[in-house]
Amino acid sequence: MNHFDFSVIIQAWPFLVKGLIFSLQLTAVSFIGGLVLGIGLALVRHLEVPFAAPLATAYITLIRSVPLIMVLFWFFFLMPLILMWLTGASRPVQIGPVWTAFVTFTLFEAAYYAEIIRAGFRSIAKGQFAACKALGMTTIQTYGSIILPQVLRVVSPILLTQTIILFQDTSLVYVLSVTDLLGAASKVAQRDGRLVEMYLAVAVVYMVICSATSQLVAVLKRRYTVPGRH
Amino acid sequence: MFNVLFETVQDGEELYLTWLLAGLGWTVALALAGWCFAFVLGIVVGCARTSTNRAVAIASRLYVEVFRNIPIIVQMFLWYFVLPEVLPSEMGAWVKKIPPPWGTFLPALLGLSLYTAARVAEQVKAGIEALPHGQRFASRALGMTEFGAYRLILLPQALRIIMPTLTSEVMGIFKNTSVALTIGLLELTAQARQINEFTFKTFQAFGAATLIYLLLALTVYGAMRWLENHFQTPGQEMKREKRAIPFDKKAEEATP
Repeated sequence: MNHFDFSVIIQAWPFLVKGLIFSLQLTAVSFIGGLVLGIGLALVRHLEVPFAAPLATAYITLIRSVPLIMVLFWFFFLMPLILMWLTGASRPVQIGPVWTAFVTFTLFEAAYYAEIIRAGFRSIAKGQFAACKALGMTTIQTYGSIILPQVLRVVSPILLTQTIILFQDTSLVYVLSVTDLLGAASKVAQRDGRLVEMYLAVAVVYMVICSATSQLVAVLKRRYTVPGRH
Repeated sequence: MFNVLFETVQDGEELYLTWLLAGLGWTVALALAGWCFAFVLGIVVGCARTSTNRAVAIASRLYVEVFRNIPIIVQMFLWYFVLPEVLPSEMGAWVKKIPPPWGTFLPALLGLSLYTAARVAEQVKAGIEALPHGQRFASRALGMTEFGAYRLILLPQALRIIMPTLTSEVMGIFKNTSVALTIGLLELTAQARQINEFTFKTFQAFGAATLIYLLLALTVYGAMRWLENHFQTPGQEMKREKRAIPFDKKAEEATP
């Protein structure tokens, strides 16, 4: 093997950090967007909204059965066609791989978050719904001030763990040639022929971030569990 | 609807359908072989995680931290691009000469197995910890060896408890096989992409592959439910119905 050259990593570091920032942005945007959509999907299913509930179920089942790479390809080819149709343009509207990544990850994660939140709804005692009704609360009040705050608290460790997996999954934007952390590393690796240094460096960065955040989630879980529940 | 699959490929005799089916073959082969290794290794590491021997416990913890926290695509890159470079030069050259598709299948298999094993190990650990602590001591008091206690008492119960999460793990390994396309294995997603590139029939190519993934997921789910029922301890049915597992009809009906 060629000598392991640490300076290669140091030289490429600013570029890698740029990639990492993109990975983190993608994670943050899909977390927030996915959570909002996921709560919506879970509510639609939980309230058994006619017509919308079966659609939500179908969407969640479909997305959860198909590999993320496949979904990325779907959106990469579909989005231009959908936008053409929406805007009435005469040719497909190209949005590029970066926007594709943001849209896909948000919609993809929504399905996973929705399932987690739906499981949270099941952990709420049924009497609470009856009590809200007896107090004359509207559906919005019931869910907004009583049910959702409890649900989110119960499922937050699982949501955060899922978000760590999401962060790992953002590396799959490699298939769209986006410059995330892995994309940046592979570009340098191929340009300089330094595969060993670059891929090992990326592996270590991912491992440190994911390992540290999962320890943090474990600590938060222990500290903020509602007494009497687990 | 999927007309393109029944057209012959450019410069060839075969149908595009054969490409897709070949891709399906590699996907299934990779997932099943990967699961066999991951399941066995996951059980071993999971048991080690609950060991009273500190060295064993720390080593297995380290394994899980490393292989669970590096994205699967990066792990495959390490096995495919980095391993031949860090091996002694003769061995590295030999590894690089493994003919396709095995040259990409083996690193993919290695990456997928080790990654999934780390996830299985955590579930096995959780399953064992869900059992009353007294069982371990009772088995030892009855004169069982540590190995015997795990094999005859702890694992049979723990594995039954974690069947629902193992189900999602098996479904996960089928989906994760698609990552192997990044190192050049022509599995299902790669073949769909290739058909799209040759024919520009995006909807048909990806639609067919998506349908196949859906059918695979349903098959795996059905098979795992059958196994779960088959291995169920008599008298435990009640407990099982209370548990929430994905796609579970009974759990859905229980919601207000």
